[in-house]
Amino acid sequence: MTKEYKTITEVSGPLIFLEKTEPVGFGELVNINLPDGTTKRGQVLDTSAETVVVQVFEGTGGLNSESGVVFTGETIKLSVSKDMLGRILSGAGEPLDGGPRIVPDDRIDVNGASMNPYSRMPPEDFIQTGISTIDGTNTLVRGQKLPIFSGAGLPHNEIALQIARQAKVLGSDEPFAVVFAAMGITNEEAQYFMQDFEKTGALERAVVFLNLADDPAVERLITPRMALTAAEYLAYEHDMHVLVIMTDITNYCEALRQMGAAREEVPGRRGYPGYMYTDLASLYERAGVIKGKKGSVTQFSILTMPGDDITHPIPDLSGYITEGQIVVSRELHRKGIYPPINVLPSLSRLMNSGIGEGKTRDDHKAVSDQMYAMYAEGRDMRGLVAIVGKDALSERDQKILEFADLFEDRFVRQGRDENRHIVDDTLRIAWEILSELPETQLTRIDNKFIDVYHPAHKAKSE
Amino acid sequence: MEVKGEIYRVAGPVVTITGIKPKMYDVVKVGHEGLMGEVIRIVGDKATVQVYEDTSGIKPGEPVVNTGMSLSVELGPGLLESIYDGIQRPLKVLQEQMGDFIQRGVTANGLDRDRKWDFKPTVSGGDSVKGGDVIGVVQETTNIEHKIMVPPTVSGTVNEIKKGKFTVDETVCVLSDGTELQMMQKWSVREPRPVSKKLMPTKPLITGQRILDGLFPVAKGGTAAIPGPFGSGKTVTQQQLAKWSDTDIVVYIGCGERGNEMADVLNEFPELEDPKTGRPLMERTVLIANTSNMPVAAREASVYTGITIAEYYRDMGYDVSLMADSTSRWAESMREISSRLEEMPGEEGYPAYLSARLSEFYERAGAVHSLAGFDGSITVIGAVSPPGGDFSEPVTQNTLRIVKVFWALDAKLSQRRHFPSINWLSSYSLYTNGLADWFTENVAPDWIYIRDNAMDLLQQESELQEIVQLVGSDALPEDQQLTLEITRMIREYFLQQNAFHPVDTFCPFDKQYKLLKAISKYGEMANAALESGVPMSDIMSVESKDDLAKVKFEEDFEPALNVVLTKMDEEFAKLGGK
Ligand SMILES: Nc1ncnc2c1ncn2[C@@H]1O[C@H](COP(=O)(O)OP(=O)(O)OP(=O)(O)O)[C@@H](O)[C@H]1O
Ligand SMILES: [Mg+2]
Repeated sequence: MTKEYKTITEVSGPLIFLEKTEPVGFGELVNINLPDGTTKRGQVLDTSAETVVVQVFEGTGGLNSESGVVFTGETIKLSVSKDMLGRILSGAGEPLDGGPRIVPDDRIDVNGASMNPYSRMPPEDFIQTGISTIDGTNTLVRGQKLPIFSGAGLPHNEIALQIARQAKVLGSDEPFAVVFAAMGITNEEAQYFMQDFEKTGALERAVVFLNLADDPAVERLITPRMALTAAEYLAYEHDMHVLVIMTDITNYCEALRQMGAAREEVPGRRGYPGYMYTDLASLYERAGVIKGKKGSVTQFSILTMPGDDITHPIPDLSGYITEGQIVVSRELHRKGIYPPINVLPSLSRLMNSGIGEGKTRDDHKAVSDQMYAMYAEGRDMRGLVAIVGKDALSERDQKILEFADLFEDRFVRQGRDENRHIVDDTLRIAWEILSELPETQLTRIDNKFIDVYHPAHKAKSE
Repeated sequence: MEVKGEIYRVAGPVVTITGIKPKMYDVVKVGHEGLMGEVIRIVGDKATVQVYEDTSGIKPGEPVVNTGMSLSVELGPGLLESIYDGIQRPLKVLQEQMGDFIQRGVTANGLDRDRKWDFKPTVSGGDSVKGGDVIGVVQETTNIEHKIMVPPTVSGTVNEIKKGKFTVDETVCVLSDGTELQMMQKWSVREPRPVSKKLMPTKPLITGQRILDGLFPVAKGGTAAIPGPFGSGKTVTQQQLAKWSDTDIVVYIGCGERGNEMADVLNEFPELEDPKTGRPLMERTVLIANTSNMPVAAREASVYTGITIAEYYRDMGYDVSLMADSTSRWAESMREISSRLEEMPGEEGYPAYLSARLSEFYERAGAVHSLAGFDGSITVIGAVSPPGGDFSEPVTQNTLRIVKVFWALDAKLSQRRHFPSINWLSSYSLYTNGLADWFTENVAPDWIYIRDNAMDLLQQESELQEIVQLVGSDALPEDQQLTLEITRMIREYFLQQNAFHPVDTFCPFDKQYKLLKAISKYGEMANAALESGVPMSDIMSVESKDDLAKVKFEEDFEPALNVVLTKMDEEFAKLGGK
């Protein structure tokens, strides 16, 4: 299998075409030796008795028909070991930190196999991030995939880092790790993450994969797969709770589009490949908890929405796969509110299984629903007030209008290092602002909760 | 019988083979590992195969074997309580054989070959039987009696009939021409099972969901679509239907969706009780899970696997509900394969046969007279996931041309946590009139009146809201302000229903009726009071009106409602309105 072929007949974009090879396996890893002595890697996309098509990860620059192609006989694998923790690797898994190569404990196919749905354990362990708009209204649980949908220039990196610093399962100190996969972000952004990891000591417990903006786009297609392979290994072989941060999913999708165009595929919506849903699912679905295993893989990825448009195919297809989304809003950011999370389009689908009695508190869901309903209505009122003036509002509506402001100012807004406790801070603040509304407006909350938690009643009973 | 060919080309899930002459839709085993695939195109001496498993590492030149059979499911006792992938491999067996991640090249029978079932014959030697006739029964779960039927294409005279415990592949009956019948039969998934007659659906599927039963009912044997953007409530609604519908059998297909959602169902259904029988829901359920990260070709097949199983139970005379979440992912799998075949793309890259496939699928729903003369039905409810939530795209549009009920999910509602976020203005049911008699007889003579009145008010509300947007609500005349208050009550107290509230998750029809009637009672009394000169502010501050908000959450609904209604009478009496 070490035979070198010099039968390249065509080089086109990131693809090369070869003829007259021995039978080559689909998806096989390929080494390409260039005349100048360097080596590139690629993967077989199409294989037949006559022609083989290879996609080259590092780009086809410098490649010509003199280049030699060697088929390795295996699919792309990552060398894994527990020593990966604390290491910085390239987007293709090579050390970047000057340290030694990883001495493999195992070598694992980066594509990963699909988890048997029968083996999954529904995620249900509440992760406290210390951020009210997440913990209170869009709760994250272990094993969930919950991306941040943001826009260019918004503080999504800060939010992601605050979460990476603060996230914990209350009352547990089980081993955890962070796997960070940079895809096409700038060096400066990457440094921002690395410095924070170093400052807080998180780097020791992290595995970092860096594919930066000036690295080949094709490599971006394997970077997240490398990262997820490392995460699964740490979770299922070493019982760790792994938080995977992938940024930026949008760059990944652009690479996917570029590849599709190079292959001359029929493009789907806005030029993205028709299989983008399935491709993204093969990343996102690698989050989860397995019955009988101690570790877990939680994904918290960053996705910048082109043109802040949530209906753009990248956020749209992601939203159809992930278990909710945290939406960062330009409007709140302009108002100077940090974290500028707009709860209305945000959602955590696994919230219900992570909250309530014995986990957070019995009134949690009702309180959250009530705040949503009132905030949504309050924001509508703002639009109305702009037209008819505040006086045209009924008394009820005025109260609701005020609630929207209170909500943004007290519940949403918090410090960059403020780590709020779910009960002592987040739910307390929630009740404080809800109690500014007439009690008859609290239609989402069972009376038994009002009796126990409403400040007015609480005071009476105490 | 097996003829060997070889692989010519591999490009993802699409493999070209040569050297054998398969028929269209034959199942072939591809490569050294014998990966399962189906012939989907034949050109000259080459055939194209869609492979149901990952093809990484597979090489040209590897062997191919034709099974000569088309893609079929195994039908017989043991389907209930199972969870299968798209090609009917039991996920539990796959886990036992290869661990928590699905490896390829593993075959597993749809039905357990070791388990013995107690077969009670219902025919005797000398009886003549034809396709669809029942020859015996097996108690499959506590409430489901599984009828063992003669395969649709077989008939003859019973020569020998057995009684006792058998596995599904042991012969239980021999016909005089020597044909041996087992409890298991196989059926090709792409072919509808025959029936003697299709009937008009006349009974509603009672779902316990107020907006569905009350405003947009689906008939048993009918078809419904739930389109909506991500996170708007398709899955929750489908699961609510699977949980609470008054149906005998549920087939739930997770088609290209999330693994955790299936795990959820697996976790919950054995714990939840069927409101009709009190037995665990799992005992009436068959799950098909071909999640988004499982092979697309098997995703394409999953919908056919599901509907064939549904038809089989329908043939026994059961009411079956089938949920497909999401038909858009199914359509996408067709698109993915079609594009690999380099077929001429139609609208948005979907194959030109998209609409034909969709209608063929929904056409397999219906209320029927089975071959043996039983009345059975399949209700099909398909989720649709339009890109960007835009209903003008091909899958939604083609589906709407076929189905009779349209539950339109609305992101504006879900964002404000109005659940189920079904838009009451754009949704519709074409069964409403056909079912009116049933409602009048079985719910209440005035139900239709109360319901239509509520719908009418909601329609008025949307017009009034437009005015409010311009002038504010205080500028409206008092009677219109009252209308807005009543419609708010209809929306919040009646239409909103929390799937996660232990009591509210399921609402029997009688409760639906009483709740809406109570709101309508307030409306009547308030309007009368207003006309007789009672000030608006007094009418608005009637306490019992606000009390009505929460009666739906009460475990003991009736007494709680009666307290509120009595108070309402007293309050209005004091106002002097009547
Ligand atoms: N009837 C309901 N009661 C309470 N909550 C609901 C209801 N319907 C939906 N929800 C809430 O909305 C969330 C999203 O619903 P669901 O998962 O059904 O959306 P979907 O339309 O299937 O989205 P996708 O297309 O991404 O799969 C749920 O996690 C739940 O929090
Ligand atoms: Mg869904």
